[in-house]
Amino acid sequence: MSPAGRIREKLRWSHLYSFSCLRPHVKELEGPHSLGGPGFSRIIHCNQPRMHRKKPLNYTSNYISTTKYNILTFLPKAIFEQFRRVANLYFLMAAILSLTPIAPFSAVSMIAPLAFVVGLSMAKEALEDWRRFMQDMKVNSRKVSIHQGDGKFDYRPWQKVQVGDVVKIEKDQFFPSDLLLLSSSYEDGICYVETMNLDGETNLKVKRSLEVTLPLNEDLAFKDFAGIIRCEDPNPNLYTFVGKFEYGGQIYALDPNQILLRDSKLRNTAYVYGVVIFTGHESKVMQNSTRSPSKRSRIERKMDCIIYFLFSLLVLISLISSIGFAVNTKFDMPKAWYLQPKNTTNMYDPSRPALSGIFHLVTALILYGYLIPISLYVSIEVVKVLQATFMNNDLHMYDEETGHPAQARTSNLNEELGQVDTILSDKTGTLTCNQMDFLKCSIAGASYGVRSSEVEIAAAKQMAFDLDGEDSTHSGVSMNNCSIEDPWDNKSVHFEGSEIELEAVVTSKDGKEQKPLIKGFSFEDSRLMDGNWMNEPNADVILLFFRILAICHSAIPEPNEETGSFNYEVESPDEGAFLVAAREFGFEFCRRTQTSVFVRERYPSGHPIEREYKVLNLLEFNSKRKRMSVIIKDEDGQILLLCKGADSIIFDRLAKNGRTFQEDTTRYLNDYGESGLRTLALAFRKLEEHEYSAWNSEFLQAKTTISSDREAMLERVSDMMERDLTLIGATAVEDKLQKGVPQCIDKLAQAGLKIWVLTGDKMETAINIGYACSLLRHGMKQICITTMNTESLDQDDKKAVGENVLMQIANASEMIKLEEDPHAAFALVIDGKTLAYALEDDTKHQFLSLAVNCASVICCRVSPKQKALVTRLVKEGTGKTTLAIGDGANDVGMIQEADIGVGISGVEGMQAVMASDFSIAQFQYLERLLVVHGHWCYKRIAQMICYFFYKNIAFGLTLFYFEAYTGFSGQSVYDDWYMILFNVILTSLPVISLGVFEQDVSSEVCLQFPALYQQGPRNLFFDWYRIFGWMANGLYSSLIIFFLNISIFYDQAFRVEGQTSDMAAVGATMFTCIIWAVNCQIALTMSHFTWIQHLFVWGSIFTWYIFLILYGMVSPIISGGAFHIFVESLAPAPIYWSVTLLVTIACNLPYLAHISFQRSFNPMDHHVIQEIKHFKKDVEDRHMWTRERSKARQKTKIGFTVRVDAKIRHLRGRLQKKYSSMVV
Amino acid sequence: MEYCDRQVRIARRKCCHQPPNLGKRKRRAAFVVWEEGDDLDLQEAIWTCKNGQIQRRHPSIRSGGEIETKIEKREKEGKKRKIPKKKDLVEMTSKGAMSSGGGDDASAARRNSKKPQYSRFTQQELPACKPILTPGWVITIFIFVGIIFIPIGLASLFASERVVEIVDQYDKDCVPNKYSEDMVGFIQSSETNKTCSRTLTVPKLMKSPVYVYYQLDNFYQNHRRYVKSRSDKQLRSSAYEKDTSTCSPEATTADGSPIVPCGLIAWSLFNDTYGFSVNDKALEVSKKNIAWKSDQDYKFGSDVFPKNFQNGSLIGGAKLNSSIPLSEQEDLIVWMRTAALPTFRKLYGRIEEDLEANEKITVEIQNNYNTYAFGGNKRLVLSTTSWIGGKNDFLGVAYLLVGGLCLFLAISFILMYVIKPRPLGDPSFLSWNRNPAGHFN
Repeated sequence: MSPAGRIREKLRWSHLYSFSCLRPHVKELEGPHSLGGPGFSRIIHCNQPRMHRKKPLNYTSNYISTTKYNILTFLPKAIFEQFRRVANLYFLMAAILSLTPIAPFSAVSMIAPLAFVVGLSMAKEALEDWRRFMQDMKVNSRKVSIHQGDGKFDYRPWQKVQVGDVVKIEKDQFFPSDLLLLSSSYEDGICYVETMNLDGETNLKVKRSLEVTLPLNEDLAFKDFAGIIRCEDPNPNLYTFVGKFEYGGQIYALDPNQILLRDSKLRNTAYVYGVVIFTGHESKVMQNSTRSPSKRSRIERKMDCIIYFLFSLLVLISLISSIGFAVNTKFDMPKAWYLQPKNTTNMYDPSRPALSGIFHLVTALILYGYLIPISLYVSIEVVKVLQATFMNNDLHMYDEETGHPAQARTSNLNEELGQVDTILSDKTGTLTCNQMDFLKCSIAGASYGVRSSEVEIAAAKQMAFDLDGEDSTHSGVSMNNCSIEDPWDNKSVHFEGSEIELEAVVTSKDGKEQKPLIKGFSFEDSRLMDGNWMNEPNADVILLFFRILAICHSAIPEPNEETGSFNYEVESPDEGAFLVAAREFGFEFCRRTQTSVFVRERYPSGHPIEREYKVLNLLEFNSKRKRMSVIIKDEDGQILLLCKGADSIIFDRLAKNGRTFQEDTTRYLNDYGESGLRTLALAFRKLEEHEYSAWNSEFLQAKTTISSDREAMLERVSDMMERDLTLIGATAVEDKLQKGVPQCIDKLAQAGLKIWVLTGDKMETAINIGYACSLLRHGMKQICITTMNTESLDQDDKKAVGENVLMQIANASEMIKLEEDPHAAFALVIDGKTLAYALEDDTKHQFLSLAVNCASVICCRVSPKQKALVTRLVKEGTGKTTLAIGDGANDVGMIQEADIGVGISGVEGMQAVMASDFSIAQFQYLERLLVVHGHWCYKRIAQMICYFFYKNIAFGLTLFYFEAYTGFSGQSVYDDWYMILFNVILTSLPVISLGVFEQDVSSEVCLQFPALYQQGPRNLFFDWYRIFGWMANGLYSSLIIFFLNISIFYDQAFRVEGQTSDMAAVGATMFTCIIWAVNCQIALTMSHFTWIQHLFVWGSIFTWYIFLILYGMVSPIISGGAFHIFVESLAPAPIYWSVTLLVTIACNLPYLAHISFQRSFNPMDHHVIQEIKHFKKDVEDRHMWTRERSKARQKTKIGFTVRVDAKIRHLRGRLQKKYSSMVV
Repeated sequence: MEYCDRQVRIARRKCCHQPPNLGKRKRRAAFVVWEEGDDLDLQEAIWTCKNGQIQRRHPSIRSGGEIETKIEKREKEGKKRKIPKKKDLVEMTSKGAMSSGGGDDASAARRNSKKPQYSRFTQQELPACKPILTPGWVITIFIFVGIIFIPIGLASLFASERVVEIVDQYDKDCVPNKYSEDMVGFIQSSETNKTCSRTLTVPKLMKSPVYVYYQLDNFYQNHRRYVKSRSDKQLRSSAYEKDTSTCSPEATTADGSPIVPCGLIAWSLFNDTYGFSVNDKALEVSKKNIAWKSDQDYKFGSDVFPKNFQNGSLIGGAKLNSSIPLSEQEDLIVWMRTAALPTFRKLYGRIEEDLEANEKITVEIQNNYNTYAFGGNKRLVLSTTSWIGGKNDFLGVAYLLVGGLCLFLAISFILMYVIKPRPLGDPSFLSWNRNPAGHFN
């Protein structure tokens, strides 16, 4: 164990911490819960897991399983799942009936395709479930140290953990189940827990044990440990727990502070002991998790409607057919002696036409089954798998650093990616890397730090570029910027990507300077570094500033053997950044004892001196106070209160004479805020000895109070002390955004997507990030909806709060309505507690309509459940496609709830990825995933489905028409084999190649013209107009194919030798026409021909002839009428070829006319862009191309570009003023 | 991949030395990536090429798959920049070498193992032709189709016009008046005289061969019950004589012995006969080669002889001479090619003489076949053929219609284009420019 670890064990934090380390001294349970009653019946015998192996206390094991099937249930369940698809059920019935003589086709031709289809889908299911199983196994076999009796602990897999077990968890391990904390490596039994997987919060939470169990802090102590826990039954509430603990004859109340939840992680604590309370699926996390719903894309759901439609059409024509047959059987058949009507079975019994009609209905239903494309599902499945392979293999979405490629985990949502309307994003780990960099500071009214934040750099470059783009109209402005323009312009030639090529700028800059980066510290200013600050005017203030950085925190240092410096274990990453900064400035925090903080100060003496600061009190941070203070006594005996906190809070508490720097600092704070930095103000107060001791006695009294208002008292007392401060300065920390996030958000906004941020973090952090990624900007009207403290409210008050929230929402909506400035943008910021009211049934629609009117929406402090609820609200309220993106287990709910869930496969656990439909390594890949792959997949699938229906209608209806000529007897004009091959081979590959390879425009163009993406959300390619257009086209084609053929082959000889055509010849000719017509049709549909499309389309036609020849060569027993048909009679007959040509052209003529007229006189965006690209106009007229690119975006009010626009408007306004003043 | 080759050549030029002690294949591989400042790890050593000297580094590090990765990386970089010129390529390669010099540790290789392989296919960058329907193309296509179709239509019509056809419906006329109320009775009775004489006039010169057809109406040869009622196996070979399971209800005789040929189709064989004479001189009707060659050769066995045919209680159509094998029974073979439509013609025979215009042909008809029961008609047809087969005006008309329509579309397209032209690739037609809320234009 490291030395720091040993130090830590001796620390009793409860002496220092004022707020969170409350320890209830209540021994009797109070409150409304009656333990032992319904819902509170659980009894746990601690350290006696044997008691829980048999009834009545036999609780579930810690084994978890998230699989859908097991070996036994797989077959029945999976088959059941498969046949829940209507089409599959229909084909199953058809296959069963094909075994009877009713069927018009042979049994094989019905069963084989069905078995293929179902088998393929089931294999996919099995594979997916196997993956889930492996994941479960990985979790179940994690090792944890369990008490084996006699004070011995041994490692066992998680699944062996039982209720009542005593387990020992070591640092950075996950808790295997819900535990009651008994003791920890700290003397006062506290421990730090990271609940990232539960709520996404990165700051550590403090948990503490009961006082009575504190002695149980070594292995041997558990030899004779016994106790009984009575508590609530398993439930999904993460933040509540009711129970009592009987130990040593006494009863102690338990609350959530003693409960360690499964899937959270032990941090900063060497070890803890705990008793298992809830295991496996009974643990709160698992209770919280919902079964991952099977998602279906919008297009697929619509496709189902079409299938229902076709099914009704099928039933209709079958009815017509069977009525026709019945009539025919009754009236005509008795006369047709050649059918021997007197000598028949039920199927053709003229004396019982109704019965024959019913039999025939079944026959007809099978016969016209070609209207419903059985291969549609399989083809779509194949296409989607291939599309997913393309996504997985896209090098543009591969992250070199982590080595993760993008992964489409479920392939059935590909096309949904092209229709997304709202993105709901997690913050931490998704937008940000959760790493803070100390970037700037303002001390004593002067600003230090020359490095620019990402936002600044990008804004500057963008502005330079934009001004360049508009130089023709505003030469006055651009003249000033000439020098900036040129290098940028050159760059933009090289990198054809986006205008905001931020990385290029940053890397080139880094390349020049070659400065090694320190994690958490990007500060750069020679005035402060290397002791130069001592020459600054306010050196004493600067000194104090550094000391505050080094002292005012709650971190623990840990020596790093390699570098000789320290690593800091901190509650929040900001603090870490401060400590690193202090170290770099020469104030290295090196040791903490129970009462003191030691800082190694290199200045002002020039060589390191270790100074001790006695920590008298620590008033820690919480979201209500928004500040933290320490009261210290330095080596000179001077007592100081050092305070850091949100600027507004600090400014309110300044002394009259402490406001010297306020004006300057405020200005800088605004600048920092605008640059997307997180700011904190630093202040101090000198205390006299008597002043402190007077306060301290009051404080101690408050601290030891045992009543419910203890916290309020503490707060009040702290507040008394944190007054009359003197402002020193402010810090600006950059919450490092992930690479490319602002650009990506910009692009997505331009593509017309709305972006909501849902975060578990505090409001300020969320707002800062909003600034950093341009979701918020200055000049945007922020609507903050909050409530006051809502804890311990009774029913009436809650109602009042609800009404208050409703009123706030109504007011805000009114405000938006009254706004007249077209450039005005609104941002809605709401916190979790308020959201709870806003999401109530009666309020949520108002809330939603307000949110929809706002340019950006940020919800902070939301629980995982609320994330899911918000997602559902958006999904159901707007009826549009939502996409949720997140990286932690706390995002699982919303990932599952949204239409599409995207997981970030970064450093965090895999829960989000496991629950997601797509996983990408970084947020920035979302742009490519949506704008390129989504756009393509949407168009591909839409065109593919439309075409599918077209071809099956064109084919299926010819069967129906022919029936009318056979007395509705159910005879088909085609050979069985033609029909099997039609869907399986002859037309499937071209349509698959359409679905896999079609590109309306190249990926670069997709990215350059984000507006093209809107074709998806607007559903331009799969609306009813288009679907019915294709169906009408199919109907037309079927009519043309059938009646042209029938008229031409009516009764005349078709061979020069005088023979007339028979059914086989007519069938083969008609089928040839169909093959030509549908394959030419698909060629007309495609706009992108690689050799693969050519091969498949023309190859399919060729295959038909090959098949016809080969089929004609097999024994006539099998081929029947098709024997030698092509070689002997069709090929030599000119009429066969001329009919093929005629029908093919006639079938495709209307479509050709339609698309050529549409393209020429009413082109869509991608048509025009295709033309520009085709004629290389983009190269010839670069200016036009750039101009169109910058215009090709949806109206949006968020993102960089808009931010820059706003700035330009602002500048222009100023310029105008200047001009006018000059004129005057 | 030519790009890759070029790169290898450049790499070779730049290569300083061969790494020592490597097998032949490895050495070749080494050539590929061996460059100034570059690292190469093969099996156990990492060799660095520096200032023309080989240095061995980190002997303990093992990794595989680096070579490919580097080539790819460079290739990818090359792609991204899209530099077509050779000079630039050299520069680029050296840059690539510099940038890839650093990450040589084993973990990088492991991480890269998940990296997708670059290929134009997986990156969806296959070369493609992207045809665009420009107005030029549209007009060309329409006019081209029109120009092709109209001559074909005219040629078909012309051919159809040259076909001479005589159609004579004889079913009613061949029933004596006294039976006009009971035509079915007439045809079913075995006592009535069914001979009937008809006279046809040749309208135009009919060049031989003149084909003789019979045409039936309202006869559902395509009825499912009818179509299925045959046994191809039995027809083909005497070995399958008993294979009559598909032939119901004409499978076996009452005592269970198989009927050859079985099934309804054969049973209802057409049995009217025609005798032709011109000026009392008999015209010979050739009944040879009227069936499809393949049917005769492969489908109807030369060792299969009719057996038990038409000797049940119910007599259907014609009887067959049981001493002639099925392959020679061409009338049967023709009949067994079931027609697609309820109105159909079947070849009866061929007259191998020219028939002069206005010649009177006398036809002696044995009117045996019962079409009266189901209200069908019987016709006798004499026809010549052309390259499109028999008389078929519809084909030509359809061609002319489609061709004309194409020309019409072409013209209307041209007109519309003249009235409302749209320059190709004109950005003002983009939706954001057409939208009144747009910026300008």
